[in-house]
Amino acid sequence: MPSPLTLEDVERIAALAHLELTADEKQLFARQLAQILGYAERLQEVETTNVSADWRPVSETAALRPDERRESLSNEAALDNAPAPGPGGLFRVPRVIG
Amino acid sequence: MAGHDWTINTLRTSVLSGETTAADVCEDYLARIDSVDGDLNAFTAVLGESARQQAEEVDQHRDAWRDRPLLGVPVTIKDVICSKGEPTTGASRILKGFCSPYDATVVRKLRDAGAVIIGKTNCDEFAMGSSTEHSAYGVTRNPWDRTRIPGGSSGGAAAAVSARLAPASLASDTGGSIRQPAAFCGVVGLKPTYGRVSRYGLLAFASSLDQIGPMTLTVRDAATVFHTIAGADECDATTSSQPVEDVAQLGPGDAKGARIGVPRNILEGIDDDVSRSFQATLGVLTEQGATLIDIDLPHMAYAIPVYYLVAPAEASSNLARYDGVRYGHRAAIDAHSDNLETMYDRTRDEGFGPEVKRRIMLGTYALSAGYYDAYYVKAQQVRSLIKSDYDQAFNEVDAVAMPTTPGPAFRIGEHVDDPLAMYLGDIFTVSANLTGLPAISVPAGFSEDGLPIGFQLMGRPFDEATLLRLAAAYEQEAPWWKTRPGDEKR
Repeated sequence: MPSPLTLEDVERIAALAHLELTADEKQLFARQLAQILGYAERLQEVETTNVSADWRPVSETAALRPDERRESLSNEAALDNAPAPGPGGLFRVPRVIG
Repeated sequence: MAGHDWTINTLRTSVLSGETTAADVCEDYLARIDSVDGDLNAFTAVLGESARQQAEEVDQHRDAWRDRPLLGVPVTIKDVICSKGEPTTGASRILKGFCSPYDATVVRKLRDAGAVIIGKTNCDEFAMGSSTEHSAYGVTRNPWDRTRIPGGSSGGAAAAVSARLAPASLASDTGGSIRQPAAFCGVVGLKPTYGRVSRYGLLAFASSLDQIGPMTLTVRDAATVFHTIAGADECDATTSSQPVEDVAQLGPGDAKGARIGVPRNILEGIDDDVSRSFQATLGVLTEQGATLIDIDLPHMAYAIPVYYLVAPAEASSNLARYDGVRYGHRAAIDAHSDNLETMYDRTRDEGFGPEVKRRIMLGTYALSAGYYDAYYVKAQQVRSLIKSDYDQAFNEVDAVAMPTTPGPAFRIGEHVDDPLAMYLGDIFTVSANLTGLPAISVPAGFSEDGLPIGFQLMGRPFDEATLLRLAAAYEQEAPWWKTRPGDEKR
């Protein structure tokens, strides 16, 4: 496993995470993530052959509800918190292509 | 309110009897918040106007509503839980100004029980932290020592109850966020079993770990609030249909015949004051008829690395929703040269604080191609071994005892530049979340410096009742909650 993290590693992760980090943040996270991941290395000591990774704290299967129409948020209420509500009850976003 | 003991039970009784009114109680608490909170910073929003309206409504319906368990009782809500028409920010810049269009299920249940919601409390941003220093609203101060942190992430909720700014707070616990601040501020904090309380309307942090629970002065009050909010909810598919025992009718505490497991070598490397308090508390429970049993939790040493891979991995996915499109902050961009991706990236950089970014980065890394098996899958495997350790222990015991924290509240700024040191302090609390088990922290005395110390009990799935009974038994013998922090600055 890699350590320490390079700036390129940090930039690759930041791009995956959609975070535009400053140069200082990249330096800081390279150091701190390497430290935290270094500490997590101790998990490799644990024998886990044939141990399931799928355990979840829920023991019941999710209950189904009848598939019926119900009241939900109005278009107006859903747009109430929008930073840039557009005309016609839409969310406005910057251009996607180009 | 001179002579008042500030508990839910007495408040409700005096509202019911007409000795006081919900409106007067509400005014008293609002006045107290006004005079004390400038210094503590426990609240992100004080909801004076709507609280007064709710209190008036309670007074108008007092007789018809006499069976409601929280009649006229002021309650605060951690700012990661949605309340309709009021701000819910997660203590983050990215949700500044957000007003939820609906009530979380727990908030609706509180309102239905006659509670008066008086404010939203401060916390680490999106509940990520152990000190409340990672809040866009600034740190909350510990009522027992203003130079110290109140714990986190629910520091505001704990400080508010401790300083008698509300008799109860609702908070969330993903790795100890209810229990650790409860311990640091000298109050009771209960993390219910995973699935016991609906998370509908909770800003999701780590969905396999998050749970909502109460913080109160007494165990009985915790039982009352817990009973009010527990139960299945069709809006949260992870809630359980297991019936909820009527813990509100708990009766006096009882430790007789209880088998309490104490993990071997649990006190290694922890603070002397905590160690003394832990042993003294076990002593009290033994005198009350409990038997102590040595148990082994061989994988407990791995709980921190497991938690700090699993929780950030889930967080990196959950927090993808904060992108500047539908709500919250959106970065200013150049409409001609910038595109949607730039808007996402810049919005998230401006909106999130350093700890949230750190965890998103950590989680993204642990889930990324080439590292997923070595980090995330490995952590999940060890998580299931930790769960097996507890399953084994609960074959022999009714509850497992641990200190809540390795030491009392640390100083503001002490760990803020060293995230790993901050994470290591969560050693005793993260296991309950990784395993889904219920756990309670009760006040268990003070350090030599006069700082509160907590005692923790973990229980079997859906057996909050045993935890509450044992904790109530201890509290009867050792009512530390009656000692109040002073209002003067320390």
